[in-house]
Amino acid sequence: MNMISLTALDLSITALLVVALAILSLKLQLGVTRQLIIAAIRTTVQLLLIGYILKLLFENVHLGYMAAISVIMLLFAGREVMARQTHPYKGLWGFGMGTISMFLSTFMVTLIALTVIINNDPWYTPQYAIPLLGMMLGNTMTGIALGLERLTQAAREQRKQIEARLMLGHSGKQAITDIRRQSMRYGMIPIINSMAAAGLVSLPGMMTGQILAGSPPLEAVKYQILIMFLIAAGTGFGTVIAVVLGSRRLFDERERLRLDRLRK
Amino acid sequence: MTSLRVEDVGNKWLPTKISLNAAVGECMVISGPSGVGKSLLLRAIADLDEHEGRVSFGDSLCSDLPVIDWRKNVGLLAADSAWWSEKVADHMPKISNEQLEKLGFGKEVMKWSVDRLSTGEKQRLAILRLLANKPSVLLLDEPTANLDPDSVQKVEELLLEYCRNNPAALIWVSHDMAQAKRIADKRYHFDEKGLNEVES
Repeated sequence: MNMISLTALDLSITALLVVALAILSLKLQLGVTRQLIIAAIRTTVQLLLIGYILKLLFENVHLGYMAAISVIMLLFAGREVMARQTHPYKGLWGFGMGTISMFLSTFMVTLIALTVIINNDPWYTPQYAIPLLGMMLGNTMTGIALGLERLTQAAREQRKQIEARLMLGHSGKQAITDIRRQSMRYGMIPIINSMAAAGLVSLPGMMTGQILAGSPPLEAVKYQILIMFLIAAGTGFGTVIAVVLGSRRLFDERERLRLDRLRK
Repeated sequence: MTSLRVEDVGNKWLPTKISLNAAVGECMVISGPSGVGKSLLLRAIADLDEHEGRVSFGDSLCSDLPVIDWRKNVGLLAADSAWWSEKVADHMPKISNEQLEKLGFGKEVMKWSVDRLSTGEKQRLAILRLLANKPSVLLLDEPTANLDPDSVQKVEELLLEYCRNNPAALIWVSHDMAQAKRIADKRYHFDEKGLNEVES
């Protein structure tokens, strides 16, 4: 592997590009200058931090550390799912629903990938486990957030139609079945699209990174295909679980539509 | 006579606790200022909103029955009908051609798209859809409020005939005084103080 190591100077030069963009957006009064600078600083700090954490984890391979970091990543992703909702579920459910769905799908798929496919010794070797889990969580989070957003928005918009069905003696499950199907589809579309466009329109980030770091293209491609499949499965299963949980929560035991369980 | 009994039903939206008794074969009309909670009362009886108090039909208590059985027997009709699918047929179970004809529809109406129905046609079909469950109680939330006079008459006839023949108890919310006089066996006034019978 011939890897060209980046120096602080290299990064500073690219940072100048961001500064130039900031100056331009200030001149054009776009109102995003502050956000741009803060986001750039956050990227630097957060990535450096995770870099050091990864370094530490790579040097001290231990299942306990891995479990801890996985749970922390999961909780952040769960919070992010909730933050992306216009009308999240009230109480613990808002946070819990996305988190549980992500846990069930991403942890299971990642576990299968690590133990059956990569099959390293030990299976939780951080160099594989953390990037895999990170990519799974990042994508599944998007799918779940989209699915739940669609579900809650449609339930609010189509309240009359849903209740008309309840009045006729349909169950909540029957009354929301179309919306449920739509929401699941909605959550899965991004990953389907990116699988379809991979290589033609976009070179996926992970593969690009590997190639930049010196891997032979075909090795990088194989990994990318693996990742795509894992992400598709994780996102799909996660979205289905989240939308099922979410749509159940919209009705109570007397089959009443409970939009009051969503935040205004 | 079997009847719907409502005892001390209340929730955070209703102004007071409400009790009433509606016998099958009878049409009870409720009038009163808008916003006082007439629709909410009907929703509570249909168990669409959380409520306290007891609601029963005959010997069966609402809270003891599976809610789906309850709602099939105690049907609620809204002022505006809602449609969740494209074709009329997607919304209509087991409707006979005679029933359709009685309301002035041919059997081809089932193939129509909901979009091409007028408000009056929609409301008449919504009633057929509801009556297909053979409910013993009909909760009617201003069922003719948005209809032209001709449709009003058709709907009144249809509902009263069902009330007498099935027989079924009708609880009919209406703002139209002339209509109330026309159709009511008993008339009630509903305001902040509660539900009171109007002497005719």
